Amino acid sequence: MSSRRVVITGLGPVTPLGIGASALWTALLERRNAVRRVQAFDPSRFRSQIGAEIDGLSIGDFVPKGYRKAAKIMARDIVLAVVAAHQAVSDAKLRTRCLLERGEAAGEPNLDSTRFGANIGAGLICAELAEVLRGASVDGQFSFAKWGTEGMNNLTPLWLLKFLPNMLACHVTIVHDAEGPSNTITCAEASSHLAIGEAFRTITRGAADVCICGGAESQDNPMALLRQEIGGRLSTRNDAPEQACRPLAADRDGTVISEGGGLVILEALEHAQRRGARIYAELVGFGAAHDAYVAAQPGVPHPEGRGTAVALRKALRDAGIGPEQVGLVASFACGLREHDLAEARALQGVFGAHAGQVPVMNIKAGLGNCGAGSGAIDFIAAVLAVHHGAIPPALNSRPPDPACGPLNVVTAGPRDAAIEYAVSPAYAHAGAQNAALVIKRFRA
Amino acid sequence: MNRRVVITGMGWVTPLGHDIESVWQRLLRGESGVAPITLFDARTFPTRFAAEVKDFDLWRFLGDRYAAHQTCSRNTGFALAAAEMAWRDAGLSERPDVPPDMIGVYLGGGEGPIDFANFVAAAIAGWDAEKRQLDAVRWAAVAQERLSAVREFEQNPNCAAGHLACRFNAQGPNFNTLTACAASTQALGEAAMLIRRGDADIMISGGAHSMIHPLGVTGFNRLTALSTRNDSCVTASRPFDRTRDGFVLGEGAGILILEEYESARRRGARILAEVLGYGSTADAFRVTDMHEDGRGATAAMRGALADAGLEPPDIDYISAHGTGTEENDKIETLAIRKVFGEYARKVPISSVKSMFGHLIAGAGAVELITCVLAIRDGVVPPTANYREPDPNCDLDYVPNEPRKANVRTCLSNSFGFGGQNDTLIIRAVA
Repeated sequence: MSSRRVVITGLGPVTPLGIGASALWTALLERRNAVRRVQAFDPSRFRSQIGAEIDGLSIGDFVPKGYRKAAKIMARDIVLAVVAAHQAVSDAKLRTRCLLERGEAAGEPNLDSTRFGANIGAGLICAELAEVLRGASVDGQFSFAKWGTEGMNNLTPLWLLKFLPNMLACHVTIVHDAEGPSNTITCAEASSHLAIGEAFRTITRGAADVCICGGAESQDNPMALLRQEIGGRLSTRNDAPEQACRPLAADRDGTVISEGGGLVILEALEHAQRRGARIYAELVGFGAAHDAYVAAQPGVPHPEGRGTAVALRKALRDAGIGPEQVGLVASFACGLREHDLAEARALQGVFGAHAGQVPVMNIKAGLGNCGAGSGAIDFIAAVLAVHHGAIPPALNSRPPDPACGPLNVVTAGPRDAAIEYAVSPAYAHAGAQNAALVIKRFRA
Repeated sequence: MNRRVVITGMGWVTPLGHDIESVWQRLLRGESGVAPITLFDARTFPTRFAAEVKDFDLWRFLGDRYAAHQTCSRNTGFALAAAEMAWRDAGLSERPDVPPDMIGVYLGGGEGPIDFANFVAAAIAGWDAEKRQLDAVRWAAVAQERLSAVREFEQNPNCAAGHLACRFNAQGPNFNTLTACAASTQALGEAAMLIRRGDADIMISGGAHSMIHPLGVTGFNRLTALSTRNDSCVTASRPFDRTRDGFVLGEGAGILILEEYESARRRGARILAEVLGYGSTADAFRVTDMHEDGRGATAAMRGALADAGLEPPDIDYISAHGTGTEENDKIETLAIRKVFGEYARKVPISSVKSMFGHLIAGAGAVELITCVLAIRDGVVPPTANYREPDPNCDLDYVPNEPRKANVRTCLSNSFGFGGQNDTLIIRAVA
């Protein structure tokens, strides 16, 4: 059991550029850009007033009818995960409880629910409290006495459950009846990769046959925007939103807030073959690491991208390949001064002379950074690139930053490419966790 | 062939103290860490008590290294102190022979307590009472003025794991899980899997959390999950007792050093126990309630037994999740009965939450440490405050007095809100 092969059979991206694998892929090939002035709230007091948002999501389209009322206790992050789960499971043609009850699949379940795991990355979900807190104020000051006697009673009894990070996995496992090994990873931008990597190991060791994994987060709210802003991570190109997020470009000045993520279906090869599933690609390598670097300021990465390099090397070793065999790097850079540079330095270190040749894909310019969900979208795009044999162009990555060294960032095209192996790194902007995944073109 | 995983060091910061031996003795005496809340003004809250960590001074644990970590949140401080203890307890030097990228961290780390006063000030200023919505412009004006970049950064749940990596130069796999009350059992289980698989040789693992803050107590009070026995708070945590009325919030950290067996032996490490089995499941049932048949809890225990290659009678002691809520204790008892059959009545079961309170994400780690100590000393800690038997909880909960027993193999349960279930099995190493 210890050497079971794991394949990717379902993709469920939920992004400002589209919901579902084909919508996202089309948008990437058409060079679309979702960054705009923030509309969810009035951003005019913030220095960065732009971001990528998802319009018109209705949870009722993605859950069984009887589950719609649960939407009341779902923070936006949870809604995103539930939508992503529906997309991934439908795409994989898994007949789960949700799809059977919704009439979107017929017959009996085609998987054992106790062998169906979930591994989902989540962020620090922002609590909405202004109304009840103000209700507990006296002369504009918060009063503990008033809070305890009346304020808190205005909160719905299940209020806390709206914001616990494991509620993404909780709702997804209920809706799709996934009773197998389950986990919630909270490592900011590295979360999705760590979750996918852990699910990969779970299937490999035989503890599950199918896992739904990835992550989701919404930063499309004032608190999340403020956290990014005071952390100095946001672009202020408010007058040109579509040009604001400039991964790896010399003139990058920060990223933009976003919301979204994705869940994917990982499956033991023999399980996928038995049910005749479409196989997008094979997952063959995972590596995880930490910068272990005490910076002068919190949130600054190791200048040589040490953690990213260690994660990449471990993932390549796990896949049993050398860097020269890699045909695509799905860059995680999202326009940050120091992190983009650290990633580039890590790629230089790992790929050596090959660094200037290997095609680099970057999809962040039109999407921004959605925290724990970011990595899942990158991973999905990399899987689609391997599957379709094409690399969508990076927007806004010119002029290149000489400090990043020679990198073959694909900016024209889309370019056709037969990719045997693709590697997708990710790292937490605050917290310095790193991970990398290696995807291989599927051959039976 | 699978690599074996052993425990070589332990440390904790708990409501009963901050070193292994004295706290263990207090647990065996059935002492309680519960008292009225001092961390904020809870006088009008339905629950006005908790098991707080007292007299904690991070500098005492870190010394010269304090400066590199002084901005950390309360829970991260607990994790750092417990990890210092565990690292020393394991006899690991500042530069162990294991390569840095084979040393990792896997925590069940909670989020840091929010910057309450400043958060509240912005919320009050930002609420537009006429439109009944947040005025983001007014909110931001106050928030930009009052919220601190460092404090917001340190609040992230992955920051404790980051601090530990920096302190111990742990460049290997670094994870944080936050599966509510199951988190640190899950972290330890997954950390063991990383070592087994060869992804790491040493893992610093466990959990840390503090939810003894206004929003934490509010949230659990609204869920009616907390005991409200304000007039007798010291004995309020009553797992498996008929008069139980909810759990008691605790805080703190438990950290264990997990090591690959051969590598630990080579360096002559003292081996405390072996991590033998791990099971993880989801109830996939309801957001609030456990499955009424204990479906997920049963599957987690069975999964851990299968992983360990053991049968139910091989288990000498069960460290229960035992929160003291009506539902948990009843369903956990049912699940133990289902898994253990007739043997369920014979195996001693206890809940140290009766004394520590519930450390939430940190609970499973401090409870696993008590399992290691039970093996070492041949004594099972009691379930304190146990007075009145409940017909729904009819097993041997080791009431009030510790019990001498030849404990070789322990099973430890943790179940989280949202239906997350995790079980670990550890065994003495001859």
